[in-house]
Amino acid sequence: MTNQHQRSPGEAGTNGHSGPASTLSRRTVLQMAGSAASLAAMSHAEAQSISETQSTVADAGAARPLQLTVNGVSRELEVDPRQSLLDVLRETLDLTGTKKGCNQGACGACTILVNGRRIVSCLTLASMHDGAEIETIEGLEKNGELHPLQQAFVEHEGLQCGFCTPGQIMSGLGCIAEGHAGSPEEIRFWMSGNICRCGAYPGIVAAVADAAGRS
Amino acid sequence: MFPFVLEKAGSAEAAIAAAAAGARYIAGGTTLVDLMRDEVERPERLVDINALPLSDIRADGEDLVIGALARMSDVATHPEVGRLQPIIAESLIEGASPQLRNMASMGGNLLQRCRCPYFRMLDAACNKRDPGSGCAAIDGLNAGNAILGTSDHCVATHPSDVAVALVALGATMRVRGSDGERSFAVEDLFRLPGDTPHLEHTLTPGELILDIRVPGGPYGRRARYLKVRDRASYEFALVSAAVALDVEEGLIRSSRIAVGGVGTKPWRLRACETALAGKPADRSSFEAAARLATEGVRPLSHNHYKAELLPRTIVRALEMAGDVA
Ligand SMILES: Cc1cc2nc3c(=O)[nH]c(=O)nc-3n(C[C@H](O)[C@H](O)[C@H](O)COP(=O)(O)OP(=O)(O)OC[C@H]3O[C@@H](n4cnc5c(N)ncnc54)[C@H](O)[C@@H]3O)c2cc1C
Ligand code: SF4
Ligand code: FES
Ligand code: FES
Repeated sequence: MTNQHQRSPGEAGTNGHSGPASTLSRRTVLQMAGSAASLAAMSHAEAQSISETQSTVADAGAARPLQLTVNGVSRELEVDPRQSLLDVLRETLDLTGTKKGCNQGACGACTILVNGRRIVSCLTLASMHDGAEIETIEGLEKNGELHPLQQAFVEHEGLQCGFCTPGQIMSGLGCIAEGHAGSPEEIRFWMSGNICRCGAYPGIVAAVADAAGRS
Repeated sequence: MFPFVLEKAGSAEAAIAAAAAGARYIAGGTTLVDLMRDEVERPERLVDINALPLSDIRADGEDLVIGALARMSDVATHPEVGRLQPIIAESLIEGASPQLRNMASMGGNLLQRCRCPYFRMLDAACNKRDPGSGCAAIDGLNAGNAILGTSDHCVATHPSDVAVALVALGATMRVRGSDGERSFAVEDLFRLPGDTPHLEHTLTPGELILDIRVPGGPYGRRARYLKVRDRASYEFALVSAAVALDVEEGLIRSSRIAVGGVGTKPWRLRACETALAGKPADRSSFEAAARLATEGVRPLSHNHYKAELLPRTIVRALEMAGDVA
C-alpha cells in the first residue's frame, strides 16, 4: 500500500485553476478529472465490496461502488473513498445546486438532508453513506411548483447573491421538521449553522417563520 | 487528501482488530475528514464504526449511560438526558451547529483535536502536529489559546463543550481494546501537553470508546453550562463554565465546577468547589470562590483577558445554577 501524494478529484476542484482549464469550462475539467480517477480504478472492483457484517479491505484510493437515492432516484456510482458527499453530488452527479463555501463545516452552504436529517455534506465521506436517501435543493420543486419554503424565500427576499440560499433552504427544512421554528429568536439560533455573507438574515428568518406557519 | 483504505466494521471485535493493525476509527468524521483534507491527519486505514450498536442513550437507576456513537443532537433531545442531567443537553446545544450535531458522535467529540490556528497551517511550527518543530502560538496569535495547564511546548485549549460538563459531573467512560475492557474518569482521558503535546489522551492505541456514564447526584436542575464567545452561537468558547450546586436551606452542601476555553484540557476547579462548601449560596460566596480559579494562570501576549473573564463567567454560571427554584 503506497501513500503517494495524489489529490482526490474534489481537491483538484478547489486548486485547479491552471493551464488547460482556460479553454474548457471549469465544470468540464472537474468532470474529466473525476471520471479519469474512477476509470483508472475500475479494475479493482472485486476488492471493493463492503458488507455490514464483515470487514473487508479495498486498495487505498480505489473507486468503490456506492448506491444512493438522490431526490427519489436510485443511483449506482463508483466513487473515490476520498470524495465527500458534496463532491459526489456536484462533480459525479452534476447536481451543482448544493454549494461549496468553506469545505470545512463552517458555513452551511453544503447543507443537504441525509435520511431526513440536515448535515453538512462537505465533512462526510460519500462512501460511508451506501444506501442513504439524499435530498438536495434540486428535489424540492414539484411539477413546476416551488416548495413552500422556496416560495417564502422569494416573497421575503431571503437572499441577495443567492450563494448560501440552497444551504439555507435545506437547513430551514431541517429546522422546521425539528420543531425549532417557533419564534424568530429560536429560528436565529437553530439556523446559525448557515452563514450569509450578504446579510440577508432578516428575510431568511421571516421566510422560515412563514413556511413553518404554513406547514 | 492522501489515499486511504476504508473498511466498515460489523462488530466491535472486528473494529478493534482493524485498529490494532493500525486503522483509525471514523464516526461522524467531522474532525477527522476536516483534518485529513488539510493533510494534518494522514491515516492510511480508516475503519467506519457506525454500524456498531453503540448509540444507545439510557437511564441505569440514577445514572445516565450514553453510547459513544450517539449523535450530539440525539443526546441533547433525549428525554432521559433532560430528566437526569439537563446540563449535558445544554452544553451540547451550545456546541457546533445543528448540522454538525446531527453528524458528530459523543466519542468523537471527546477526541476532537485542537482549534489552534497553527495546528492546521502546515508551514507553521507546531509541536502537536510535528513534534520538535516548536510552537508558533506562544509568540503568535494566541488570543484563543490556554492560560492553564500550558507548557513551553504547547498552549492549545481542548475545544469540547460537553467534555467540560462531563468532567464537572465526574462522568466515567468504558473502553475496550485487544486486552479487554476498562473504565476510568473522563477527566483522566486528557493529558497535559508537557513536552509531548502530540500525545493528547490516555487511550492505548486501538482502544474503542464504548460508552460514557454520568453518575446520578444531588445536582439535577441546579447545574448549568455558560459559554462566552465572540458571537451568540456557532463559535468555540473563549471561556465556559459547567457548574453544579447542591443547596439546602440557602447553604451550599457541595458543588462541582469545571471550565473550558482556558485549559489545555477540560479543567476541574476543586479549590473553588472546596471554598464554596458550607457557604451561603449568594454572590459574595461565588465571587470569593471564583477568585481562586486564576491561581497559577499563565496568560500569553494576547489572552490576558481570559484571566479576567474566567472568574466572571464562573460567578455568572453559579448565579444561573443557584437561581433554579
Ligand atoms: C465548524 C465546526 C464547529 C464546531 N464547534 C464546536 C463547538 O462549539 N463545541 C464542540 O464541542 N465541538 C465543536 N466542533 C467539533 C465537533 O463537535 C467534533 O468534530 C465532533 O464532535 C467529532 O465527532 P465525530 O463523530 O465527527 O468524530 P470523528 O471525526 O469521526 O473522530 C474524531 C476522532 O475520534 C476518534 N474516535 C471517534 N469515535 C471513537 C470511538 N468510539 N472510540 C475511539 N476513538 C474514536 C477518531 O479516530 C478520531 O481520531 C465543531 C466542529 C466544526 C467542524
Ligand atoms: S499551541 Fe500547540 S497546537 Fe498551537 S502551535 Fe503551539 S504546539 Fe501547535
Ligand atoms: S462548504 Fe460545507 S459547511 Fe461550508
Ligand atoms: S445571499 Fe449572498 S451569501 Fe447569502
